[in-house]
Amino acid sequence: MTNADIRVVVAMSGGVDSSVAAALLVEQGYEVVGMMMRLWSDETVGGRVSNRCCTPDQMADARRIADKLDIPFYVLDTKDVFREKIVDFFIDQHRQGVTPNPCMECNRHIRFDWLQGHALAMDADYLATGHYARIASDENGRFTLKKGVDEGKDQSYVLSVIGQEQLRHAMFPVGEHPKPEVRKIAERFGLPTASKKDSQDLCFLGDGDYRRFLTVYAPEVMAAGPIVRKTGEIIGEHQGLANYTIGQRKGLGIYAPEPLYVIGMNPYRNALVVGTVDELGATTLTAKRVNWVGGETPTDLFRAEVKIRYKANPVSAWVEPVGDDEFRVEFDEPMRDITPGQGAVVYDGDTCLGGGIIQRQN
Amino acid sequence: MAVRRTVYLDHSASTPTDPRVVEAMMPYFTEIYGNPSSSHSFGRKAERAIENARETIAEIFNCKPSEIVFTSGGSESDNLAIRGAVWNRHKDGKNGHLITTPTEHDAVSRTIEQLVEVMEFEQSILPVDHFGSVGVGDFEQAIRENTVIASLIYANNEVGTIQTLADLAKIAHKRGVLFHTDAVQAAGQLPLDVQELGVDMLSISAHKFYGPKGVGALYVRDGIDLLPSQSGGSHESGRRAGTHNTPFIVGMAKALQLAYVEPHNAHYQAMRDRLIGGVLNRVPNAKLTGHPEQRLPSHASFIFDGIESNLLLSHLDLKGIAASSGSACKTGNPEPSGVLLAMGYSEKEALSSLRLTVGRQTTPEEIDYAVDTLVEVIEKLAKLAVL
Repeated sequence: MTNADIRVVVAMSGGVDSSVAAALLVEQGYEVVGMMMRLWSDETVGGRVSNRCCTPDQMADARRIADKLDIPFYVLDTKDVFREKIVDFFIDQHRQGVTPNPCMECNRHIRFDWLQGHALAMDADYLATGHYARIASDENGRFTLKKGVDEGKDQSYVLSVIGQEQLRHAMFPVGEHPKPEVRKIAERFGLPTASKKDSQDLCFLGDGDYRRFLTVYAPEVMAAGPIVRKTGEIIGEHQGLANYTIGQRKGLGIYAPEPLYVIGMNPYRNALVVGTVDELGATTLTAKRVNWVGGETPTDLFRAEVKIRYKANPVSAWVEPVGDDEFRVEFDEPMRDITPGQGAVVYDGDTCLGGGIIQRQN
Repeated sequence: MAVRRTVYLDHSASTPTDPRVVEAMMPYFTEIYGNPSSSHSFGRKAERAIENARETIAEIFNCKPSEIVFTSGGSESDNLAIRGAVWNRHKDGKNGHLITTPTEHDAVSRTIEQLVEVMEFEQSILPVDHFGSVGVGDFEQAIRENTVIASLIYANNEVGTIQTLADLAKIAHKRGVLFHTDAVQAAGQLPLDVQELGVDMLSISAHKFYGPKGVGALYVRDGIDLLPSQSGGSHESGRRAGTHNTPFIVGMAKALQLAYVEPHNAHYQAMRDRLIGGVLNRVPNAKLTGHPEQRLPSHASFIFDGIESNLLLSHLDLKGIAASSGSACKTGNPEPSGVLLAMGYSEKEALSSLRLTVGRQTTPEEIDYAVDTLVEVIEKLAKLAVL
């Protein structure tokens, strides 16, 4: 079997990374099919269709790139499942005073469930995406998820939700290249995205403003409420819990003899809890909705590095599985910004072992 | 890469240009290139070709050559018929009323919509039955004192149903209403004798009958005044401005002539019936849409409940099969087919349609491959939909 007999569906966004992924696969001789998901879009911004990842422009870009690479290109209607699994989840989590990571949920439910299922139904052998991550396999057919070679761009954090079945049918072609090289490859293929900027914010926010979005879809989380100390003492007023993050110091609008930081949120009382630097941070956390990439739960306490945000550095810690769907992390040093709803992702060097969703700091 | 089989079953969208048509067109690019409006010998040669083409088409329409207006295609013909008639009324300061159906091509329905929005004309959209046909009684009732024009499609593009026009046209004339039909799908397969059909105006488009894209014609009965919807020079007796596209007009006449000299309906019908039979027998819950008998010989259309059209078309394309659907959308934002909704189908059904239209080169083997593939793909998609 040659590469020509292997069909690979590439999830294309019109952006540089997925375009280069498609180009590299075409160059390697695979039978490549381009696919784009039509996601749910927030149409409250001036009534425009405004999901920035699948605007008519992005779609036209992706179609043009597919045409240039001479591959078929289809747009699948993903609106309903995306609205249910990602957007509603995002709103619901904010209502619970939790700051979710929608990209992780998108990989869990949309890309590596819904889309991969559709790709395989199209007789594809693989689903490829433009993620900066790598896949390794051993002689026993076990797959490991590894960081992209460009550690600054590494996206294994948001991929920590997938397992053996997903990896068996996945490819991350750009994960083997540093970002500057990816841009060079784009230029080499004459892809029109070569000079585009990276996308940053959540795709379903038409204007990139999640505060405005929540004002429309979950006004209660944007409602003003008390700023309190751990003791319950009210010392000010906040402008809606969703405006703040754990560890935040600036922009609280309170005057106190010593610096105060956001240390927690109480959605039941709509209260923002602040405290001193000593009250900030914790050395342990609990994570649930756990995925171990290898498919098996580690049997014992082990040393690892843990990342608690997409852009955080991995930090040494002890990790202790509690059953199959929970683990505890004990850091060597207190961590300032353990945020419920974000992922706690466990690494052994450049191998991503898995992760879970932070429930609370202990 | 493995050479994949391709099967073209989208002849209602467009047909390949007949090589004999291409051959007939060729001299008019490089040899006989004069402007037909010029009085010199170069122009006269081109003009002769245009007028010959007009006569050929008039013969098939059973009308006078002067009643044929050349346009850029079906959409322009529809626009000229409707706008031309309505604006002609409007220039006397009068507004009026238009009658149409919910199964028209966008070229008709959007044009009327715009006249209603911008110029305050009124419209009645007639009800249709489960096959997409209009009732004579409903039509008669809809006519008002100030009705200017009725525009009803001859054969529907999505479901293939043929409308019996003669009775409707008779009623229209009795009440002083102009009667236009979009015959874009019908041309090449159904009779175009405008006397028999009783219509006042009729639109065709060459690329639907093995002619080139970008050229069409409108029959306009003598005595009907149209304001040109495209103004400019006095071409086409002042009804359509713009230099004649000589090679394309020659090609259209040649294509229409071939279509009626060598009819292919028996072949179309055999292929269509093999397809319909195979699909209805082998695909669970498949439904034929449109009239089972009163339909275009080349046209088969279905609903596969719960199978979203876009997705089905992608899978068929990967198997080399070209088809289409009334709800399909290249941007992944499908809207239920308005035609199917008007025919009484549910929104879900109206998102699950497929149109397969056969052509001259379609073979029984291709039909069998298409049916086998449909069975396989729909089984797979039905499973995926359950997940």
